Amino acid sequence: MDSGNTAWVLASTALVLLMTPGLAFFYGGMVRGKNVLAMLMQNFFSMGMVSVLWALIACSLAFGDGGKFIGDLSLVGLKDLAGAKDVMPGFVDDAGASLLTIPPLVFVAFQLMFAIITPALITGAIADRMKFRAWAVFLGAWLLLVYAPVAHWVFSPFGWLFNLGALDFAGGTVVHINAGIAALAVCLVLGKRRGWPGEAMSPHSLPLTLLGTGILWFGWFGFNAGSALAADGIAAQAFLNTNNAAAAAMLGWLLVERLKGGHATTLGAASGAVAGLVAITPCAGFVGGVAPLIIGFLAGAVCFLAIQLKYKFGYDDSLDVVGVHLVGGIIGSLLLGLFADESVNAVVTSDTQGLLVGGDATLLGYQAVAVFATIAWSGIISFILAKVISATIGLRCDEDEEIQGLDTSQHAETAYSFGELGSMGRIG
Amino acid sequence: MKLITAIIKPFKLDDVKEVLRGLAVQGMTVSEAQGFGRQRGHTEVYRGTEYTVDFVPKVRVEVLVDDSDAQRVADAIVSSARTDKIGDGKVWVTPVENVTRIRTGEMGRDAL
Repeated sequence: MDSGNTAWVLASTALVLLMTPGLAFFYGGMVRGKNVLAMLMQNFFSMGMVSVLWALIACSLAFGDGGKFIGDLSLVGLKDLAGAKDVMPGFVDDAGASLLTIPPLVFVAFQLMFAIITPALITGAIADRMKFRAWAVFLGAWLLLVYAPVAHWVFSPFGWLFNLGALDFAGGTVVHINAGIAALAVCLVLGKRRGWPGEAMSPHSLPLTLLGTGILWFGWFGFNAGSALAADGIAAQAFLNTNNAAAAAMLGWLLVERLKGGHATTLGAASGAVAGLVAITPCAGFVGGVAPLIIGFLAGAVCFLAIQLKYKFGYDDSLDVVGVHLVGGIIGSLLLGLFADESVNAVVTSDTQGLLVGGDATLLGYQAVAVFATIAWSGIISFILAKVISATIGLRCDEDEEIQGLDTSQHAETAYSFGELGSMGRIG
Repeated sequence: MKLITAIIKPFKLDDVKEVLRGLAVQGMTVSEAQGFGRQRGHTEVYRGTEYTVDFVPKVRVEVLVDDSDAQRVADAIVSSARTDKIGDGKVWVTPVENVTRIRTGEMGRDAL
């Protein structure tokens, strides 16, 4: 047990929690003013729902010793993980000693924050038209049926992708590709917002979006540098890579935007930074030198082009979860197959360095398998889940509720009460 | 000259605008409004206390037209703003004594 490492991962855990409110405001600023509370609520609700399910069963399904594909019920209710005395299943050497230098409960808490933000990412694609009740059911079911197994494959030492040799430092597959493809599946089942794409649905408060971007960028240091699970040189590399990829991606997005549309926009700067943060996530502690700048710049430029796809194919991915998280996650996961460097992290061996570092395409192949497996599982299960909810309790608000706005129709609240015209009377 | 004033549902504004453009109406003024007729408002809840909000968000459209166009424009607004549900709003026509275009000083029909 190392107190320095424990302190850093505890602090990182808090940083990652803050990303979910950050995401809420990033998205909340982009929707119309009549739907902002509903967007904030879908995100904040994840902190409640996922925390409870994580403690009860989801952590066990993700990290229990159940074989290659899913955990078991050995950690239900977080039993056998009290205090600092026990070890996380799988994170042990041949002699049975823990490979983690932090208490298992710190690892459990850190992983919980990833489980909270991942389904929250989906909310950007379903903005302004989903019943809150349907979101609550989808969120819980998705955590157990999609997030827990994929996290087990990639992050648990028992998982099949972990053992295959695919690399994912902080969640390019588990978090971003996973949520990105699920977002596409749900928005296909849900259908377009009323009036899209003909009617303008411009962001109601870009200052909120930029504030959210700042919180996300800040929290991402915990997400990526915390994933070193230690306060060491790899954490420092991941920290710097995270910052620099976001910076380069902002420039990449703005450059393409300026060349294609004529203006460098604030929403472009925010979106570009997030695209870079997404793409560097799988690579953060495995690459060095100028690689994060290249990865970030490419992610910013390509994601800008990718967000146009929804108009071409006609799916209403309202706030571009597919274009930023799915595409950005794929870019990062595959570019890791080019740039992984054994001098940065000893987990990368001389046989599995990136194609441009070691001249060998083995890792790139593993990365492609991980990307494909995540897309297939999450895409199919999320689609079925949305269909089942749609056929039972209903997925979508009725037309009047959508026109009225989700804030009053789903939550009986108004975000902004200006002026004196309220005419509100208390009932009872 | 006539002033046509319409109170409509906000999401019908685009339809109304397009129809008026088709009738060669030269311009329009819109403002956000709140009010109630037969349509009821909604309730809001804050920390368990329930409130009624009587006023419903609407859009007010104002168009200045020549006498001969007034009925046609009013009819076009009625047909394009109608959803057949309660709360579709109202259109009324009022006589206008004079109009001046500020930039040029033109008056009357020339200022439309």
